[in-house]
Amino acid sequence: MSVVDNYVARIDEACGEEKDLIVIFKYDKKDEAIKKILEKAKREKTVSVMIFELTFRNTSFRVYATGKAIFRKLKGKDELRSILTELLS
Amino acid sequence: MLDVDKIREDFPILKRKINGYPLIYFDNAATSQKPIQVISAVTEFYEHHNANIHRAVYTLSQEASELYEKAHEEVASFINAKGIEETIFVRGTTEAINLVAYAWGLHKLRKEDEVLVTLMEHHSNIVPWENLSKIRGFRVKYARIREDGTLDYQSLEDMISKKTKLVCVSHVSNVTGVVNDVKKIAKLAHEFDALVLVDGAQSAPHMPVDVKDLSVDFFAFSGHKMLAPTGIGVLYGKRELLEKMEPFHGGGEMIREVSYDSARDRCSISWNELPWKFEAGTPNSCGGIGLMEAVRYLKNIGMDNVVSYEKELTDYAADRLKECKKVTVFGPKNPKVKCGIIPLNVEGMSSHDVALLLDSYGIMLRSGFHCAQPLHQLIGLKSSARASFYIYNTKAEIDRLITVLQEIEQA
Repeated sequence: MSVVDNYVARIDEACGEEKDLIVIFKYDKKDEAIKKILEKAKREKTVSVMIFELTFRNTSFRVYATGKAIFRKLKGKDELRSILTELLS
Repeated sequence: MLDVDKIREDFPILKRKINGYPLIYFDNAATSQKPIQVISAVTEFYEHHNANIHRAVYTLSQEASELYEKAHEEVASFINAKGIEETIFVRGTTEAINLVAYAWGLHKLRKEDEVLVTLMEHHSNIVPWENLSKIRGFRVKYARIREDGTLDYQSLEDMISKKTKLVCVSHVSNVTGVVNDVKKIAKLAHEFDALVLVDGAQSAPHMPVDVKDLSVDFFAFSGHKMLAPTGIGVLYGKRELLEKMEPFHGGGEMIREVSYDSARDRCSISWNELPWKFEAGTPNSCGGIGLMEAVRYLKNIGMDNVVSYEKELTDYAADRLKECKKVTVFGPKNPKVKCGIIPLNVEGMSSHDVALLLDSYGIMLRSGFHCAQPLHQLIGLKSSARASFYIYNTKAEIDRLITVLQEIEQA
């Protein structure tokens, strides 16, 4: 199992012109995944201790303590998986 | 008057907490929650009456058949159809529209014909016509909408002609909540001998619907948006039209007789009476019974009370949203032409950002195109977040939405 598949339950390409990519972490792995991401990405802002605005390799994204993340302006799922692989390794 | 506290007691799911907060469900335009009466009716059916309908002489099958037929009667009465022969149970609005496309359009529409659709339609009232036009060669024309999301009636009048065989229109837009004057549209269409198909997915759950008064030819709606289970919906059609139409699906239930002619080595088939002619195969009996209970629940509240309560909520939300400096509300400013749906965006955020942020606080609302991409393109939206209300929502929940939005704005 890849590192992404170990932590991620689903990746949704949300509808809308923005083409946001939504990551849903596995429920029992979400805290571990968020911890790893927070260790590697740069924290720009924290909202109410449950929403983190982050950047990693020029990609800005938000991670939610509820176990979801939203990535913007990526070319597609392959690029997202590559970033997630680095973040979650 | 509608007793919202009493109503809320009937919805078990509203006692849930999501992400540590009380659930606030504002995605009713997508699907509604279910009252205990509907849940119990479904359970009761499976516990005590389950059997295949119209197939057997034994007691259980008779009970199931009676319940299923009664469900048709209750729904027919709910929309003031003449009777069950005008009330076909389908999976939902999408299937109802496809039924009209393939049981009527496939046989009736010719290359020189036109189907007039509005640009505010849900994809389910666009795609079947575009697909069918590739087969039959007719033209699909699109009536325009104004900047505020309301229908440009002049454009519709300009486009309709003797070539127009069908006008397809939403009763209520699933994005903006705009209410279209379908009675006026039906009158205009009939002057040109065109039929009218109304997508009632966002109106039947929220306002009184009288198909005779509206004078429409087809009216489609879904059970799951009006307290019933998923997988059950309704196509109303005028009897004289349905009688002349070919069946949609072939199989059991929809036939009167299938007889083998050995000389021709073929089977000759005659259709069952309405509405069964259009209900091939074992139907979703339990869904139909759930829909009957949902209709009884709504009738008990009174659809006039439903529409006025939701209007009160919508007006309240629209007023309070003005307090959020970074929030833009789309759609018409005139509250008289819209009902309980509010599309909005927050400055600097995508609609999915907004939905995920609100989800963190237990508030469920929809983001994206809401299956109405052309409408978003026309009003210049990349996507939108959408709050949509129902009988169990409260002003206190709207207050909570505003508080969270203001928190987000300040963050």
